Amino acid sequence: MPAAIPTPGPATVRPPGDQTPVVEFPVVEFKDVTISFDVKPVLENISFSVDRGQTLIILGPAGCGKSVLLKLANGLLGPDSGSIRIFGQEITTMPERDLYALRAHIGMVFQESALFDSLSVEDNVAYRLHEEHVPEDQAHHRVVEALQFVELEQAIAKLPPELSGGMRRRVSIARAIISNPDLILYDSPTGGLDPITSTTIIELVMKQRDVSHSTSLLVTHRLQDAFALATHRYDAAKGMVAIPKDGPDHGIDPGMKFLMLNDGGIAFHGSTEELVHSKDPWIENYLS
Amino acid sequence: MPLQSPEVYIKKNIAAVQEYSILAGTAIADIFTPPHYWADVFTQMDSIGVGSMPIIVLTGFFTGCVLALQSATALTEFGAISMTGSLVSLSMVKELGPVLTGLMVSGRNAAGMASEIGSMKVTEQLDAMRALGTDPVRKLVTPRIMATIFMLFFLTIIADALGIAGGALMSVSLLGLNANTYLHDSYRGLVHGDIVQGLTKPLFSGFIISTVGCYFGMKTTGGTQGVGRATTQAVVVSSVAIIIVDLLVTRAMIGIFGS
Repeated sequence: MPAAIPTPGPATVRPPGDQTPVVEFPVVEFKDVTISFDVKPVLENISFSVDRGQTLIILGPAGCGKSVLLKLANGLLGPDSGSIRIFGQEITTMPERDLYALRAHIGMVFQESALFDSLSVEDNVAYRLHEEHVPEDQAHHRVVEALQFVELEQAIAKLPPELSGGMRRRVSIARAIISNPDLILYDSPTGGLDPITSTTIIELVMKQRDVSHSTSLLVTHRLQDAFALATHRYDAAKGMVAIPKDGPDHGIDPGMKFLMLNDGGIAFHGSTEELVHSKDPWIENYLS
Repeated sequence: MPLQSPEVYIKKNIAAVQEYSILAGTAIADIFTPPHYWADVFTQMDSIGVGSMPIIVLTGFFTGCVLALQSATALTEFGAISMTGSLVSLSMVKELGPVLTGLMVSGRNAAGMASEIGSMKVTEQLDAMRALGTDPVRKLVTPRIMATIFMLFFLTIIADALGIAGGALMSVSLLGLNANTYLHDSYRGLVHGDIVQGLTKPLFSGFIISTVGCYFGMKTTGGTQGVGRATTQAVVVSSVAIIIVDLLVTRAMIGIFGS
């Protein structure tokens, strides 16, 4: 049974006449987080926060700790020092048993998909539902829905080794979103894929963002993916991805933020506009 | 292979024992708290118990055959060839049945556990399991411990029985002993303490096989090469541990039953 979590942010639904102050807190909040492997610090004094409905794109050179940061956000790794709050709850001191309950509200897409090789696509996607003892017919219905979302319902009976890299990544997305999580962590969802498949995956990420308005952290090394997410929207009415022609900031998604990591620290944290107009030589070099 | 300082080597091994103890303790504690993964327990019972039957049947039977032939040579010199049944049954029930079953299952299943869990570790499937709200120790380790301890107990009984049967076949067909005499002697040679000693050992061996196999699987690093290394280490460590624990249990049982 998933643990009850406080609804974050100003979107909290309040009964009429309720005068108690609205508790506002970010969905993800890192404060002075440091983690080392052996003696070398991978991340040092990292602080940032992500509000409800925001998408944070995490960029940086290989080995700078992007995936480590996502694992810290999900409690899969513990920091050496600092504070990590998810949905307002401190997870660095939380017992593992409580973390399992909290993770019911977090979906994660792994770098190499991390599908269970011995389970079919249906059992992989329904894994969380089976753990929650959802009745089989309901679970099957939700699996079909999730696979339709990633346009892969025909692969429901296949085993992961029978799927291509792109298909595995799509199954991984279906597995992450089946329980309608409040926070989704994407670890290089397009890593190792060809450009066409990468575009398909990014469109799915966009679709998930614009349909469910969930908060997400996305690690990528492909700038074109990051900027596509900032400039494109999924039009649910037309069922396709398009560039918005009007709106503030030239149609750039205001809920999109960028976090650039370098040498264990934060090289940049801000909006799309701030990133492209940054005069920092390292950032200019990275973007060029 | 780079040389390590004695201090680093000792610290690393103490940390490994600590990690192993925590894993084994957590997995045992998980037996007594929900949720339980009974389907996984039965799957592992089938894989470990039924799957190991052929090697246990062959090992037990041929060990009994060889034991009868070898002991008959020595017993003939003392004019005590009629004691072959007693010697085979005592040796099989107290020592060879439990130890050989443990070693055979260790070679088959400790290796299997280490490679299966190790592959899951290096492909991030264990992390995915945790991310999906499932405790990998509860889901993977606890069912294997329960299944191995339970099935090794019965596999040992089968190995003992087939060893005595193999000894009977050799005694009757090659040594010219009477079948009734052999079986009566085998039965008469065993006392309560021998049975208890022989059936206590697989409980320890089952625990060692499953916890060592799972431990090396869960600490696997370094891709496919790491999986191979974990598999080898699991078999080596569990086999040696089975023999050492066999000595300790034997000594303890002699202390309790006096023989």
